Amino acid sequence: MAETAHDIIMHDVKRSVVLELLRRGKRMDERALDEYRPISVQRDVIDTAEGSALAKIGTTQILIGVKIDLATPYGDRPEEGIFSTNCELLPLANPSFEAGPPREGSIELARVVDRGIRSAEVDVDDGFTKGFFLEEGKVLALYLDIYVLDHGGNMTDAASLAAMAALSSTKIPKYEDGKLIRNETASMLDIKRFPLATSLAKIEEFLLADPTMEEKVACDANITISTTKDGNVAAMQKGKGEFTKQDVLDAVDVAFKKGDELRKYIL
Amino acid sequence: MSEEVKLIVDGKRRDGRALDELRPLKIEAGVLHEADGSALVHWGGNKVIAGVFGPRECLPKHEANPYKALVKCRYTMSPFASKEEHSRSGPNRRSIEISKVIRQVFESLVVSELYPMTQIDIYVDVLQAEGGTRASAITAAAVALADAGIPMKDMACGLAVGKAEDQIILDLGKEEDNSGQSDVPIAISHRDKKFLLLQMDGLLSRDELEQALDMGIVASDKIHELQVDAITRRYSNLESDGVEL
Repeated sequence: MAETAHDIIMHDVKRSVVLELLRRGKRMDERALDEYRPISVQRDVIDTAEGSALAKIGTTQILIGVKIDLATPYGDRPEEGIFSTNCELLPLANPSFEAGPPREGSIELARVVDRGIRSAEVDVDDGFTKGFFLEEGKVLALYLDIYVLDHGGNMTDAASLAAMAALSSTKIPKYEDGKLIRNETASMLDIKRFPLATSLAKIEEFLLADPTMEEKVACDANITISTTKDGNVAAMQKGKGEFTKQDVLDAVDVAFKKGDELRKYIL
Repeated sequence: MSEEVKLIVDGKRRDGRALDELRPLKIEAGVLHEADGSALVHWGGNKVIAGVFGPRECLPKHEANPYKALVKCRYTMSPFASKEEHSRSGPNRRSIEISKVIRQVFESLVVSELYPMTQIDIYVDVLQAEGGTRASAITAAAVALADAGIPMKDMACGLAVGKAEDQIILDLGKEEDNSGQSDVPIAISHRDKKFLLLQMDGLLSRDELEQALDMGIVASDKIHELQVDAITRRYSNLESDGVEL
């Protein structure tokens, strides 16, 4: 979307308001700098999906549905299953969302969430798609759909939280005579490292966790860092602006701490 | 169907309902924060969410009508809404047709003359499906419009009637929809009992059709009661807990 005169003016206005408050040690909604808005996670909310969860962070509400289907493996990985992530920013989720083919925002969101999960749970020796081989030319495919119902800022962390809640409660249907028996469960999807995204916004010397839409607009730079339960960084995505090495390491420290806090909602 | 499954035995349907009984229906208004109006409908195995925006600037501008607001509608289904295979997200031929017939329901109701040059957007998404999704969509959209404070001449209640095992039935489930003899999705305005949506497939005699429409009119009052209750609860407690699936 092109930047309009309105956007430019609003950026200046929001930045000065946000910054003035920060210098007095406050955020617009009275949170501490590294404090998240209220969080809730509910699993198994969609009966037709093999796995599902609804996560809320503040007013942001994101639904994840996981479907498992039969598929033909990729030519270069004939004995491995398929993992695919897609994101739909429903037009009912925000007045600025328009219906139509996916734009860069929803594609980036899907890819950032995908990358954290893929690094920690798929592209590893004990990755879950390794167990998706059925017989020659036949594997399981897992489709993770990010369904944004209400966008009140920081979609990435809510999507990642909902995704891990959904995946860790995903039932793999029984496979028999070349078909999936969807009302019988063969096993649960085995999730080991629980990668979770933590998004941070930097405004001058301040580093804010779980930025609201105003803070995101006002910030100088932003970054999303996925951390795992066993203490690894699994994915990073810098947004706008610039970070020094020390900024990055400071952000990683916050991400580990916040990641562990978020994981309590799903472990 | 290769297996003969009786849809009705001794006046009872497979899920234990009487012929003229609705599946459990629950309506919640104001579940979304960003939309101007919203509603979530749990109806049997359907979970349908509706969000309304507007009246707002009409885009593209050349579509704007100097005498009234445009009512636009987009009905979609989530890729995980069916027990069967994952499906592609976004509109397809089926959902585009349903979007159009839902739009026509609300074009008849919204007092669009009050808002020239604007548009009112109705977005409905079927999160989980079990037969009768367009009826759920209309019932949800009507509540979302009311929640958005958009003036309407009347309330719309969506439902389906039909025929299975040679008997007229109300509110067809997935199985009855797939292997019944006829399916008639309708939307009825509450006060003057007019049909705002009327579709049909399968075969019905004139008498059977009349019986089915009468059954629909009676049931629409019950749906209307729940819609009014949802809006009343919404306005007696503006703090929303959000979506409860």
